[in-house]
Amino acid sequence: MKSFGGSVLFLNRPDINTDEIIPAKYLTEIEREALKPYLFEDLKLDGFAPHRDIPGREVIISRANFGCGSSREHAPWALEANGIRLVIAESFARIFRQNMFNCGLLAVELPAETIDRLFTEFAHRATVATADVARSVLAIRADGRAEEILFTLAEFDRALVEAGGWLEYADTNY
Amino acid sequence: MGKTVAEKIFDTHVVDRPAADVWILRLDAVFCHEITTPTAILDLMRKGRDRVFDPSKIKAVIDHVTPAKDSNTALQGKILRDWARRHRITDFFDVGRNGVCHVLFPEQGFVRPGYTVIMGDSHTCTDGAFGAFTPGVGTTDLAVGILKGVGAFRTPRTMKIRLVGQLRPGVFAKDVILSIIGRIGMNGATHRIVEFDGPVVAAMNMDARMTLCNMTVEAGGTCGICYPDEITADYLWEFIRDGYPDRAAAVTAFRRWWPDPDAVYEEVVVHDVSEVEPVTTFGWKPDNVKPVREMQGTPIEQVFIGSCTNGRLDDLRSAARVLKGRKIHPHVRAIVCPTTTQIYAQALAEGLIQIFLDAGFCVTNPTCGPCLGMSTGVLAEGEVCASTSNRNFNGRMGRGGMVHLMSPATAAASALAGHIQNSELFNG
Ligand code: SF4
Repeated sequence: MKSFGGSVLFLNRPDINTDEIIPAKYLTEIEREALKPYLFEDLKLDGFAPHRDIPGREVIISRANFGCGSSREHAPWALEANGIRLVIAESFARIFRQNMFNCGLLAVELPAETIDRLFTEFAHRATVATADVARSVLAIRADGRAEEILFTLAEFDRALVEAGGWLEYADTNY
Repeated sequence: MGKTVAEKIFDTHVVDRPAADVWILRLDAVFCHEITTPTAILDLMRKGRDRVFDPSKIKAVIDHVTPAKDSNTALQGKILRDWARRHRITDFFDVGRNGVCHVLFPEQGFVRPGYTVIMGDSHTCTDGAFGAFTPGVGTTDLAVGILKGVGAFRTPRTMKIRLVGQLRPGVFAKDVILSIIGRIGMNGATHRIVEFDGPVVAAMNMDARMTLCNMTVEAGGTCGICYPDEITADYLWEFIRDGYPDRAAAVTAFRRWWPDPDAVYEEVVVHDVSEVEPVTTFGWKPDNVKPVREMQGTPIEQVFIGSCTNGRLDDLRSAARVLKGRKIHPHVRAIVCPTTTQIYAQALAEGLIQIFLDAGFCVTNPTCGPCLGMSTGVLAEGEVCASTSNRNFNGRMGRGGMVHLMSPATAAASALAGHIQNSELFNG
């Protein structure tokens, strides 16, 4: 199983779509690593600059409907190529969410109030978040502050994360 | 308790229930294109699993960039082509006989009522117009589909959108679906299947039903579904005739894929189309929808008529009606893309292509091309396009470009005017 945690990148906007995560023109790449430099290239967000803000970050916290738009698995691949294996949001678009678990990555949904609070209390601080998949607990820390948040992980999604993805799971079971 | 269409399809295709809300379904078809499939093929090869579950159930096309525009896209095409040959996938469509996947595969009779179909493309939801369950998926789901012929899905949740009233002249399926997305929002159908019901849908031909289902994903929906009837049977007849004594028998058999009268829906939305006028989008979200009237006069540089939403024969006909005998505005460049070779040939036979050429349109080969800013019509920074496609995301047709979504008739009228404009087919 992969590990899920690290320095947090806060993206304060709902409906961040897959064209913003990885523009269509890079879909002509067939190797996942090739996507690395282009993550969030077209994301318009005040104060966000991809080349300054992405390196070193391993977790994203964002708002509702993250990953809407196309079915491109290039979106989670571009995240993983940059070391980001955990996305925490108020909600996800269906295909993006499925793609995350299919790749053995973790997409955690938290209620709007909790996400709000994380933005208010942590977004302006250097924050580290770690997910403990076995206990379904998210640990969040920033200078002196620390808290633990329980999340729900469906039985099947957990099985995919533990198997390392859907291809591995299906190959063993079907 | 009665069942929805999706619940009936799930019941008849289930092979396993690994968790309470998860269904592993047998797939009737797996569709592939050259953008999302090559990585699946390479993944399978690396794992020593270069196999396909059933070559007759896999259909493949090169459609997003065709003919290839550079070495990368040439390689993507080659990986798919070599793979199809290696596994004897005979339904493989290369340049010269290809078309945009969601137009081509239905046209070839590959989607039937009651089917389960996946494809590594979000607009696979289009195919639900035949009364099938057709979710778009990512590359890993596709790889498993290719290898094992199964897919994993959550327990279906269905919303019904009932279309009532009378469509006004000059108002099309595109205006209807945009008005619905404007109403329920781009998250309004997330994790749900959308059944389109009512007299308006019953009267629509398959081209219009596909336009309707095509944009369910813009509201977050898993797929659209229309109930298979006489119109569906007529469309499919040449492919299914051996299976039934006559068309009436096919229509009767299709009733199996209608919902029970007491089926349970999460939400029922009644949408009166008499109130709908031609609409267009503004900004970068598909639920930013306004009457064309309010956007009238917005300057444009490019017009694109095509895509899996509105590049079918009916769409070309309605655009040609507006354009006939006229010329596009000198400051506008206009591109029309008949989305399959067959549609191209038919448009040629009907004289539509000549109308487009006389008006000053560039007619391209069947391809996704401009729709996703890959080729044959990419926008420059700051340029504006009136488009019949389905996505107006920032950068969709080229970095810094703006896309306004609309019907082919409105796009044609806008090409003539040089700015966003209602067509004469709509009499206000
Ligand atoms: S026409 Fe556009 S939306 Fe349709 S499949 Fe092609 S790229 Fe996707």
